[in-house]
Amino acid sequence: MKQKPPLLFLLPYLLVTAVFMVYPLINAAILAFHQTNGPAARAFVGLANFRYLLTDPTFGQALANTSIFALCSVLVQLPLSMGLALLLNSGKGWARGLLRLVLFSPNLVGQIFVGVLFSVLFTPRYGLVNQFLQALLGWGLEKQWLNDPALVMPAIVIAALWLYVGFNMIYFLAALQGVDKSLEEAARVDGANRFQVFLHVTLPSMRHVVVFVVVTSLIGSYQLFELPLALLSQSNGRGPDNAGLTVVTYLYDAAFITGDLGLGSAVGWMVAFIIFSLSLAQIKLARVAED
Amino acid sequence: MNPLRLACLLLLLGFVALWLKSPKNPRAAFAYLRWVLLGFAASLILAPFLWLIASAFKDKLVQNEYIFFPPLSEWSGKTMNLDNFRRLFAGDASIQGKVYFWQYVLNSLFLTTTITVLQTLFCSAAGYALAKFQFRGKQALMMFMLGSMMIPSVLLLAPLYEMVVKLGLVDSYAALILPILTVPYGIFLFRQSMVSVPNEMLDAGRIDGASELGIYVRLVMPLVRPMCAAFCLVTFLGNWNAFFAPSVFLHTQDKLTLPVILNLYLGLYRADYGVFLAGTLIAIVPPAVLFFALEREFISGLTSGAVKG
Repeated sequence: MKQKPPLLFLLPYLLVTAVFMVYPLINAAILAFHQTNGPAARAFVGLANFRYLLTDPTFGQALANTSIFALCSVLVQLPLSMGLALLLNSGKGWARGLLRLVLFSPNLVGQIFVGVLFSVLFTPRYGLVNQFLQALLGWGLEKQWLNDPALVMPAIVIAALWLYVGFNMIYFLAALQGVDKSLEEAARVDGANRFQVFLHVTLPSMRHVVVFVVVTSLIGSYQLFELPLALLSQSNGRGPDNAGLTVVTYLYDAAFITGDLGLGSAVGWMVAFIIFSLSLAQIKLARVAED
Repeated sequence: MNPLRLACLLLLLGFVALWLKSPKNPRAAFAYLRWVLLGFAASLILAPFLWLIASAFKDKLVQNEYIFFPPLSEWSGKTMNLDNFRRLFAGDASIQGKVYFWQYVLNSLFLTTTITVLQTLFCSAAGYALAKFQFRGKQALMMFMLGSMMIPSVLLLAPLYEMVVKLGLVDSYAALILPILTVPYGIFLFRQSMVSVPNEMLDAGRIDGASELGIYVRLVMPLVRPMCAAFCLVTFLGNWNAFFAPSVFLHTQDKLTLPVILNLYLGLYRADYGVFLAGTLIAIVPPAVLFFALEREFISGLTSGAVKG
């Protein structure tokens, strides 16, 4: 039975979407072919913005930095999240709840605040990270994390690790609860060791969540901006030799510091293209995982 | 041998001792190792918080002298005091006159609360429409909404900024509130949790003479209270920490929000970081309070909400 559309409930959504999403989206497409000087003046430049981006070594570096960060998120942060989830999963009682809360707690702190905090934690000689590494490994007391091009990305990865490791752990922990215990027991009886059971039984049965977490981590990574902006505020969020420049920082500088909203929109479309490709990959992978 | 390495060594020795005690069945040794690793991870997560609290209360002169807190024998008004907070609250000179730190706290509270309330209201309404009504174009609308989740917000910021300037909304909170009155993922979440509300219940409400609005407010919303609490929490956190749009749209000093001003303080108090760490400490209190308050709301909502229906 078809009814009238319940406009009373839908109207706010339709209005907001038309005015603040569809219209700006069309404008973003138009802007990408223009060069602007702030919001007032614009001139048609055709594909020049995209041509410029594809040949600009700085944008290339931003893309490379962001991709390295995305890879680190998946290859360093997610395995650690999974490890913590596995350690917590077999635990019981109040200690488990408390530890889950503790490990999740950095998520209450926003990226800007984490950047502010870690910009001091990475201080040579006095910073907590420097002193901790020196005490544990005998290395790193005088390291200039935020001024050394080789250490800038590791610093961003460490700060992001602190922030997000517990967040992804929550997903893995929820997925582990749904794994069929009898399958694991059966594999154990057949002589598989703990690692083999995890690789061949546990991991495949939580593949949907793994695909979801990997793709959302990648999508989030390509939009990294606020954390490096605050962390590297001494170099305007870019780091020495642009070593910490991300794609969205590049967009921010182009659109709102330089004032070229056209170039900014072109970068925006690049980000949209990356996210769109990743989302399609997720849909494809989810289908494969169904079989 | 420093204390940190000594502790690591002792913990490792404990593992070896447990292992040697029963080499055939190392279950106890592994259980011990698990708690050691978890404890280590938890310490690494908590250390920056502890350090933040210590630095906010340490005097400027002894900031680098102790890693965390001074030893109790050194504890006095000279080493631990409220100087950082005093300087933080002393106010910033600006064209609008003096702006005090509590102004930014109030701005953030006002903006975040307004967005959270309005977004919950409008997203749940649209979610209800998509969950419980059959109408022409519903499938297309659903597809469109799900597809629009893929659009990154950074793509829309440049054209939005242009629009905000043309509408004369620069430097107003309206520019920050209006574009996110509804967000696709919020509508999707509410739709998913409202689909399972039984139609018979809604029909019974209609027979009793309740209006459509009344059914939504009095029957449907109470049933999805746990989801609602979770959504409010996520929305509050996200907007409390929002930086990009506020830093672009807001210009005058007395309208800035906490993330924007603390990012500015990084440059202003570079040599005197106790001040902006005190500000950061204040900035993470409201989300923490809300989080712990809503944790209980979650549980009571889960247990009582559905039974009433």
